[in-house]
Amino acid sequence: MNELLLLAAGLIVFTVAIGLARILHGPNEVERLMAVQLLGTGGIAALLLIANATNVPGVDDVALGLALLAPFATIAFVNLVDADEGAAERDLAP
Amino acid sequence: MISLLDLFSVAAISAGALFFFAGTVGLLRFPDSLTRLHALAKADNLGLGLVALGLIPRAESPLAALKLIVIWALVLLSSASTAQLIGRSLSRGRK
Amino acid sequence: MSFLDIGLALLVVLVAVWTIAAQDLFASAVGYVAYGLLLALVWIRLYAPDVALTEAAVGSGVTGVLLIAASKRLGALKIAALEAPPSLAFKLLTGVLALLVASALAAAILMLPDPPPSLAPEAAVAAEGPGAGLGNPITAVLISYRSFDTMLEKVVLILAVLGVWSVGADQAWGGAPAPLRRSKPYPAMVFLAQMLAPVGALIGIHVFWVGADAPGGAFQGGALLAAMWMVAMMARLRDPPRIDAQWLRLALVAGPAVFLVTGLAGVVMAGNFFAYPPGLAKPIILFIEAFMLMSIAVALPALVAGPPSGRSEQ
Repeated sequence: MNELLLLAAGLIVFTVAIGLARILHGPNEVERLMAVQLLGTGGIAALLLIANATNVPGVDDVALGLALLAPFATIAFVNLVDADEGAAERDLAP
Repeated sequence: MISLLDLFSVAAISAGALFFFAGTVGLLRFPDSLTRLHALAKADNLGLGLVALGLIPRAESPLAALKLIVIWALVLLSSASTAQLIGRSLSRGRK
Repeated sequence: MSFLDIGLALLVVLVAVWTIAAQDLFASAVGYVAYGLLLALVWIRLYAPDVALTEAAVGSGVTGVLLIAASKRLGALKIAALEAPPSLAFKLLTGVLALLVASALAAAILMLPDPPPSLAPEAAVAAEGPGAGLGNPITAVLISYRSFDTMLEKVVLILAVLGVWSVGADQAWGGAPAPLRRSKPYPAMVFLAQMLAPVGALIGIHVFWVGADAPGGAFQGGALLAAMWMVAMMARLRDPPRIDAQWLRLALVAGPAVFLVTGLAGVVMAGNFFAYPPGLAKPIILFIEAFMLMSIAVALPALVAGPPSGRSEQ
C-alpha cells in the first residue's frame, strides 16, 4: 500500500513537472504566476501522500505551511504586476 | 471491512492523480491563458480533494483526519481567491 | 533511489537552470520561489521536516517576497536598462567557476567515508544531558547545545533590519515605510487576506508550540506569522508601522534579550553560562522560544517593508 502511495506521489510530481515546463515557457509574465499555484497544490498533494506512506513525523505540518505560503507568494506577485502596470499607465498618460 | 477501506483509498487517490493529469493536459492543450488558469484551478484542486479524501480512512487519529480536512479547506479558499486575482491580472493585461 | 527521487532531483536542477537563464526579473523571482518549494520536497525525502518547513517559509516564501519588493523598487527607479549586459566571456567565466565549486562539493560528498563522520551523536548526548527533556532533538540542539549561536543569529537579524532602515533618507528617519501596495486592493484580495491571516496566525502558533516535541519551532512558526502579517499588509488591511514605534522596537529586541538574560541567569542558577536547571529546562526553553517567535515575526516583515519613505500617504 505504501508503495502505491509513493507511486501516486511520483505521478503527481511528474504531472506537475510537465505543467511547470509549459507554464514557465508561457507567453507573458502573468501566466508564469500560475507556477506558484501549480506547485503549491501539487506539492501539498505529494506531501500528504508521502507523509502517510513513510511515517516521517510532522510532514502534514509542512503541507499546512505550504497551504499558507502559496497564496502569500501569489499575492506578492500580483502586487508586483499591478505596480508594473501602474507605472506603465502613468508613463502613457499625457 | 478493512480491505474495503483500502479499496476506497486506492480508488480515491487514483482518481485524484487522474485529475492532476487532466489538469496538466488542460495546461498543455488549452489555447488561452484564462482557460489554462481554469484548468489549473479546477482540476488540480479536485485532484487534491480526492487525494485528501482517500487518505482520511488511513489517518492515525480523528485529529489527523481533521487536519487533512483543514488543509483541503484552506487550499480551496486560497486557490479560489488567487485564481480570481490571477484572472483579473490576465484580463487587464490584454486590454 | 526511486522514480520519485530521481524525478525530483532532475526537476530541481532544471528549474534552477531556468531561473538563472530567465530574461527578466519577474521570471527569475517566480523561478526562485518554485525552486524553493521543490527544495522543500527534497528535504522531506531526506527525512528533514524541520528544514523543509524552514526552506518553504523563509527560503522560498519570505526571501521570494523580498526579491519581489526589491524588483518593484528597481522597476520604479528604472535601473534595469542602464548597464550593458555582461559579455559572453564574463558569463563563461562565471559558469566555469560555478561548475568548479559544484564539482568540489559533489566530490567532497561522494568521497565521504562510510559511515560519514558526524557531530550528531555528541550533540544528542549533550542536548539530553543539560536536562533538555525535549522530544525534538533539533530544538534541543538549537536552544540547549548551541544556544549561543541561535541567540547571535537573532542579533544578526536585528542588525539586518537596522541596515535596511538606514538606507532611507535622513529626513525620513522615524517615519513609516511605504505601504506594500499603492493602488486600491481587489475585493477578492481583501477577502483572502481577512480569511487567511487569522487562520495562518493560529497555524504559526501551532507550529511553534509543537516544535518542542515534533518538527517545528520558533523559527518556522515565526516565519509563518511574519508571512501572515505581510499578507495583511499587502492587502492594505494594515500599513507598515512607523519605525520609531515603541512596541516595534521592543518586540524586535525581546527575543535575543530574553535569551541573553536567561543565559546569564544560568550562571547563577545552574552554574554555567546558558545552562538550564535540570527540572525546569522545558518550560524555560518554551519561554525563550516564545520571545524569539515575537522577534522573528516582527523582523522579517520589517525587512520586506523596507526603509522609511518620508512620503505622505497616497
